[in-house]
Amino acid sequence: MTVFFQQLINGLSLGSIYALIALGYTMVYGIIKLINFAHGDIYMLGAYIGFMAITVLGVGFFPALLIAMVGCAILGVVIERVAYKPLRNATRIAALITAIGVSYFIEAMTQRFMGTNVRAFPNVLSTEVIQFAGLRISYQQIYIFVTTIVLMLILQTIVKKTKVGRAMRAVSVDADAARLMGINVDATISYTFAIGSALAGAAGVLVGIYYNSINPLMGMVPGVKAFIAAVFGGIGIVPGAMFGGFFIGIAEALVSGYGGSLYKDAVVYIILIVILIIKPAGLLGKNVKEKV
Amino acid sequence: MKKMFNKYNLCWILSMIGSYVLLSVLMSAGIIDSVYQTVVTTIIINIILATSLNLIIGITGQFSLGHAGFMCIGAYSAGVMVKQMPSMTGFMLGILIGVIISAIVAMIVAIPTLRLKGDYLAIATLGFGEIIRIVVLNMKITNGAAGLVLPKMLNFPFMYGVLMLCLIVIINFVRSAPGRACISVREDEIASEAMGINTTKYKVYAFIIGAVIASIAGAMYAGNFYVIKPEMFTFNKSIDILVMVVFGGMGSMTGSVIAAIVIGLLNSFLQNFSSVRMIVYGIALVCIMIFRPSGLLGTKEFTFSGIGNFIKKRKEVKK
Repeated sequence: MTVFFQQLINGLSLGSIYALIALGYTMVYGIIKLINFAHGDIYMLGAYIGFMAITVLGVGFFPALLIAMVGCAILGVVIERVAYKPLRNATRIAALITAIGVSYFIEAMTQRFMGTNVRAFPNVLSTEVIQFAGLRISYQQIYIFVTTIVLMLILQTIVKKTKVGRAMRAVSVDADAARLMGINVDATISYTFAIGSALAGAAGVLVGIYYNSINPLMGMVPGVKAFIAAVFGGIGIVPGAMFGGFFIGIAEALVSGYGGSLYKDAVVYIILIVILIIKPAGLLGKNVKEKV
Repeated sequence: MKKMFNKYNLCWILSMIGSYVLLSVLMSAGIIDSVYQTVVTTIIINIILATSLNLIIGITGQFSLGHAGFMCIGAYSAGVMVKQMPSMTGFMLGILIGVIISAIVAMIVAIPTLRLKGDYLAIATLGFGEIIRIVVLNMKITNGAAGLVLPKMLNFPFMYGVLMLCLIVIINFVRSAPGRACISVREDEIASEAMGINTTKYKVYAFIIGAVIASIAGAMYAGNFYVIKPEMFTFNKSIDILVMVVFGGMGSMTGSVIAAIVIGLLNSFLQNFSSVRMIVYGIALVCIMIFRPSGLLGTKEFTFSGIGNFIKKRKEVKK
């Protein structure tokens, strides 16, 4: 039982990171129906920006987090403007291939300028561990979880209460109708990319602190897993992505906790395939019939 | 029979034999040295992979990102069999087993996932490809992450023969009635369903043929490059194949062949600048999608009859 609860705690921290990345996927997919394959790489860049902020500027955890979020937001908007905007009316496969191209480009550029080697992420948080009823909870895990929850609450407020959020919801329901109502669709899409990328940037810094190491290819596997989390919860639905992120994180931690760590990636893919076969719209999604 | 041996088909046969003779003369004369021989074999394997993926993506319009998984099955079946029975018979048996396993796996993958559309399908096939790799990574018989070390089994004539066989199978499938049904699925799934085409059946056909041929390509890889490891068949390998298909034009077999040759040559020249190569690939993918989303040749094919018609038209204009 101790193993179970210990892995539950580890899974919550891992799941927070997946949930933060999944939010970006789900928001972008909800608004322009694009699987932003480059999203995992924005998360990687977030880790690198945080790394540079801590080592070069010598700042602490929260400033580094903020710098990474702002940096990623700008990068996300630039990527959207340069690569995705010309393809607004192209087929979805064309957009997907473009996203793969962008992802390749970012990875290769990072490898070129930051080197391919793994770097040690400086430890800016206390490494103390709380012992409680046989369980080990580190301060880092608490920081990760609390930061994630706060960011999610902020996001929920933006989406539900502000003008930008209302515009985002309108565009995701019907972009043409939104345009007729006087909403600036392009600006709204840019906002969506900015917010999603900022969350990914935050996730990058958090994962750097959690695992103490970063490398230019670290975004690929978590990116795909976060996408799976988004699909699991119902893509395009913000609470679905949070739920899916935590679910995937906990499932992965439990599998590795019970001795299946070699198969932990496979389990995530199996979850994806099962959900796609049983309920392709995701747990919280609604089935939409295709019209001719 | 008359139809079969028209002058255009003769042109194709001549160019097949011609390029074989040219390549083998250059090899025996030492102009293509051992370094470039590796390039040639890589290109042959890449042509097989690109055309088989094109059958799934370009002809049938089903976006698959799990092609490396089937290549992995083929490579490991051949590898494991050669380990048990180090002879050409063992290798051939390995290819056969790879073909059977990959056909079964493709069917298991295809029937549930091909109901999905576009990007969901891409992610599901990506997942299956990775599952195959993880299973291979954790099996005893495949020697895990260390991989298998194999003798070199294949020579150039055999590889060339296999390449031609694969091309003939794929191209004739595209021109057959099931192939045309696949094209109609690509153009408009709902319309073709309304015309009475069993869309799922043809999607599964195309997927299985593509997977089987990819596994043959994997076996060729195992028989040529001495070492196979699970890390060679990651999602990145699938993307490499996808790049070739996209460059050549989704739906154009000759496009895939040309793209595989050009990219193979480019890779060998840029070998020392691998990070630059990746940057160039990334930019090229984005630019092609923005400026020419259908790829270099689009769905057009390079054909001798096309050239024939072109010359005829020119003559008529002159008259």
